[in-house]
Amino acid sequence: MEYLQQIVFVLVLAVASYLLAKRFKFIKNGINLGKPLDRTDRSSERWKSMLLVAFGQKKMFKKPLPAFLHLFVYVGFLIINLEVLEFIIDGLAGTHRIFAPYLGSVYTILMNFFEFLAVAVLTACVIFLIRRNIIKVDRFHKPEMKKWPTLDANLILITEVVLMMAILKMNAADQVLQAKGAAHYTHTGTLFFSSFLMPFFQNFEIGTLIIFERVFWWFHIIGILGFAVYVTYSKHLHIFLAFPNTYFANLNPMGKVANMDSVTNEVKLMLGMPTEGDAAPPAEVGRFGAKDVNDLSWKSLMDSFTCTECGRCTAECPANQTGKKLSPRAIMMATRDRVEEVLTNEKGLENGKSLLNDFISKEEINACTACNACVEACPVLIDPLSIILELRRFISMEESGSPAAWNSMFQNIETNFAPWKFAPTDRFNWADDLKKD
Amino acid sequence: MSDSTYKIPTMAELNAKGESPEILFWVGCAGSFDDRYKSVTKAFVKILNKVGTSFAVLGQEESCTGDPARRAGNEFLFQMQAMSNIQVLDGYNVKKIVTACPHCFNTLKNEYPELGGNYEVIHHSTFLQQLIDEGKVKPADGKAFKGQKITFHDSCYLGRANNVYEAPRKVLEALDTELVEMKRCKTNGLCCGAGGAQMFKDSEPGAKEINVERTEEAIDTGANIIASACPFCLTMLADGVKAKDKESEVNVFDLAELIAKAEDL
Repeated sequence: MEYLQQIVFVLVLAVASYLLAKRFKFIKNGINLGKPLDRTDRSSERWKSMLLVAFGQKKMFKKPLPAFLHLFVYVGFLIINLEVLEFIIDGLAGTHRIFAPYLGSVYTILMNFFEFLAVAVLTACVIFLIRRNIIKVDRFHKPEMKKWPTLDANLILITEVVLMMAILKMNAADQVLQAKGAAHYTHTGTLFFSSFLMPFFQNFEIGTLIIFERVFWWFHIIGILGFAVYVTYSKHLHIFLAFPNTYFANLNPMGKVANMDSVTNEVKLMLGMPTEGDAAPPAEVGRFGAKDVNDLSWKSLMDSFTCTECGRCTAECPANQTGKKLSPRAIMMATRDRVEEVLTNEKGLENGKSLLNDFISKEEINACTACNACVEACPVLIDPLSIILELRRFISMEESGSPAAWNSMFQNIETNFAPWKFAPTDRFNWADDLKKD
Repeated sequence: MSDSTYKIPTMAELNAKGESPEILFWVGCAGSFDDRYKSVTKAFVKILNKVGTSFAVLGQEESCTGDPARRAGNEFLFQMQAMSNIQVLDGYNVKKIVTACPHCFNTLKNEYPELGGNYEVIHHSTFLQQLIDEGKVKPADGKAFKGQKITFHDSCYLGRANNVYEAPRKVLEALDTELVEMKRCKTNGLCCGAGGAQMFKDSEPGAKEINVERTEEAIDTGANIIASACPFCLTMLADGVKAKDKESEVNVFDLAELIAKAEDL
């Protein structure tokens, strides 16, 4: 019986690790459905961007209030997890607060700091819940945010609140036990925030209090591990993926559209120009543009898993603001949904569905002004525009299905060298006008 | 300045004489064909003439950069246009290009290098700012705009796409006017609604036209001039002003027009 807690703990840890590893493999497989794209160049710029944008949360500060609240949760999450290290050692070794005797008063200071962070996280999460559910901030209530995405966001916030409460209650019970002189309860010094909760526990006996303290301890550690696993099923993956996603982000000017080298070779052949290198056409001529998720780059798919559905992109999108169907966030959510569908259904990509049409409609992508507001707005450097452009390429080059007005525009460029129907010989007539002025 | 003194040499003419200009002025399709934007082209040519810049245009040899085709998904057409333009530009050994169109600017600057076309490309807002900095134009002297309130609409392809936010504002500040900003400006600027080839089709079903949304914001600043630096934005905003029935109170001008006016050209 003596080792029962430790055995259970090892089992819990093993199950959580197994589930996490399995989910990470799933997500990795999802990202690997995408086409190759080299994003390993300019590594010093990439590190800098990751440090500023992911670690330093630079882009969050475009909106100061949510930025500060998010900063509390983020710092709290990073630092309170240091305490989880002690939890894990205690759990495995059957000890209690193993660091306390070694660190002495430093431990007291650290624990008080953790408690401060716990209170800050708790407060921030409560304010976030109020913003979502009572104030109803517009970007959390767009059509794509019905049902699961809204529940998902609330579950995450509520879990964080409950976990932080567990820490504080555990520390309160622990302090009462210390005061009552219970064996094995090392003195931690006064823990400011949780000491306010001590009156709730004063009237219980030591045996009951130990049960309370243990329940909170187990609740917290299982909660943290459960949360880690839950995150991999939720929209909350940005806590891990924000780092690689910002590292591998596009470093070129936003206005530059990625060149299609496969087209370049064909155009050169058509114009009778020498093609570069060995000019051998690729063994497998792929599709032009994207019809499904495997036609997109792996980075677009990583983008989709990184998206935390905050909706800053959609709030800034000119099409969305004027009531069009397009929502850049919905583009990211649809991409992730399709990747997950491909990985989980028996027939994979061949299940009779595709990203275009079944998940993203032409009406949505036809509304895009390619203004890059969504790209600029994203705090973790997601690029919804590149997905939209790849879908447009498929529609134009594989289906000739662009809107009729665009097909006319294409024809005008082909025949008149201008997008409008003017005679090319009239191109320089403005100069005559000037001379006549 | 009398009419006949405006010189608009073409690359072909200069080439025939064995000369090559410092700068190619890339006029763009809107600058060549759009009635409203032709006046911007003319204003810019007048400024070039006034300061004595060594420039030329391609004239009938110019062709669409391919930008709208690329943004609408037709990569073939874009690359066909780009390759043949690069052949023309390289044939004249062009080194430096100035253009009044942010879409041409973005495409020539960012997208042609990958297809072998390497040029120094600047937008006319930057060029005008340089002229002001060098003292070659002194727009405030004329006091043409004294006491006027101007707001500047950021073109997405100049601003977010290429980080050009300051040059157009410096040009406007040189006019001795009051520059007022819209709430959504610079990196947060709202598109006029014409980008991504939207200029060439009707908008998708929605509650409102983007250009009306943007024009309302511009009008709300109390400005009597909306300044733009892009042919598409100019059209969209002018249409917006018309839709709001504010044509008698609010005018939409390009930077080059404002400078030409201040210089009494």
